[in-house]
Amino acid sequence: MADTRFAPQEILLPVKAGHIALSLGVALMLNLLPWSGAWLWIKPDFVALVVLYWCIDQPRKVGFISAWVLGLFMDVADGTLFGQHALAYSILAYAGIVLHRRVRMFSGTAQVLHVVVLLLMNDLIVLCIRLAAGADFPGFQYFIGSFTAAALWLPLGALLRLPQRPRSDPDL
Amino acid sequence: MEHSPPPFFKTGPSPLARLLIFSALSLAFLVADVRLNYLASLRQVAAVILYPLQRIAAAPAGIVQRIGDFFVTHGSLRTDNERLTRENFEQGALLQQLKALEAENVQLRNLLAARSRLDVKLSVAEVLYAARDPFSRKVIIDRGSQNDVQPGQPVVDNRGVVGQVTRVYPWLSEVTLVTDKGQFVPVQNVRNGLRAVIGGTGSDGTLELRFVPQQADYQNGDELVTSGIDGVYPAGLPVARVTQVERSVEQIFARITCAPLGGVANYNQVLVVNSNSSFPARPVDSKKVAPRPKKGKAG
Repeated sequence: MADTRFAPQEILLPVKAGHIALSLGVALMLNLLPWSGAWLWIKPDFVALVVLYWCIDQPRKVGFISAWVLGLFMDVADGTLFGQHALAYSILAYAGIVLHRRVRMFSGTAQVLHVVVLLLMNDLIVLCIRLAAGADFPGFQYFIGSFTAAALWLPLGALLRLPQRPRSDPDL
Repeated sequence: MEHSPPPFFKTGPSPLARLLIFSALSLAFLVADVRLNYLASLRQVAAVILYPLQRIAAAPAGIVQRIGDFFVTHGSLRTDNERLTRENFEQGALLQQLKALEAENVQLRNLLAARSRLDVKLSVAEVLYAARDPFSRKVIIDRGSQNDVQPGQPVVDNRGVVGQVTRVYPWLSEVTLVTDKGQFVPVQNVRNGLRAVIGGTGSDGTLELRFVPQQADYQNGDELVTSGIDGVYPAGLPVARVTQVERSVEQIFARITCAPLGGVANYNQVLVVNSNSSFPARPVDSKKVAPRPKKGKAG
């Protein structure tokens, strides 16, 4: 296994449910920060990113229900159509769950390439819903957020895996 | 599914089945929201759960702003002070005139036995954040149904109309800005009294007058105020200033672009206008009229 495309497998502690809930809550808070102006375009969708992370990392624990409920919360917070984020996050969760074995096999950059496509698909679903409901196309800067989110994928993964690392050397 | 676990592990429905269930549910919600306006109560419940998170998330920006306020330089304070003193002086003179005019107006109105036109209460609200939706122009303010905010109330700031309350939660409300694509305000040209309807274009900083004939008398710099004929916006609030007038023979209507006067891109205090206007009831035999002007193709 000298091939660098494949990630070295770490042995980690099992993830705690509270840890997952906390990370999803923090992602929701980050989305609720008062972003405005150009930051609104650059801002990644933290909830989509963290939901996707857990769907790939823990498909048995995080899935449709959390994605869907968080989507509804995002719709209420942003005053958008009720259900647009719910639908987009559900499809994102599906993609994450179906692809989780494949994505986890790859190392850094290859994972990011998977993630950026999934997040763009998420944006595209929201875009299609809004266009169908009679909105105007907001311009291609609409997709920037997905690329920022994909750029955050590796740091986010490292951060979320921190509590799962064994605290001390088990051999001692 | 080739990737699904072997059937001897009980994992419930397959991912595809779950996807179909949740997608169908979301689509049902979407249709119910867009077409039927149901689910208002479910939205309220979600809003109440979300409220503490929203307040906490909005807090850091407030703190940063307060720290920024603390560290203003001496120079900017002095220029501000000079400007404010000058403005105060100018406005004092205007105010004296206004008082005289108001007294005169009351007297004249009494003579005419007309009802006084402006019976409004203002309540101050703070803009918490702009809705993070690239498809619409909305802000969230920190007053809701618990503070007697009702859907449909106009929202103004010290310079002009900002928007209209479109959805009310217990402690928060959504304000659709005048620049939103679906937002319309009946206006009147101050210079010559021409009435028209102004609508948002969906981009910050531009409004458009709709259905104005080619030969109508509009010039750059004309100030537009609310006409008050809709019974929603009290008359005389500044709305926009004409920035560009395009007339071309191919089109039926003139293309008149305006800039909003209210601070639609500033996120600070706004005033919610509670105008319980004692408007005469609509004539009974008139046809059913939509409460808000419908949007149409403008040129």
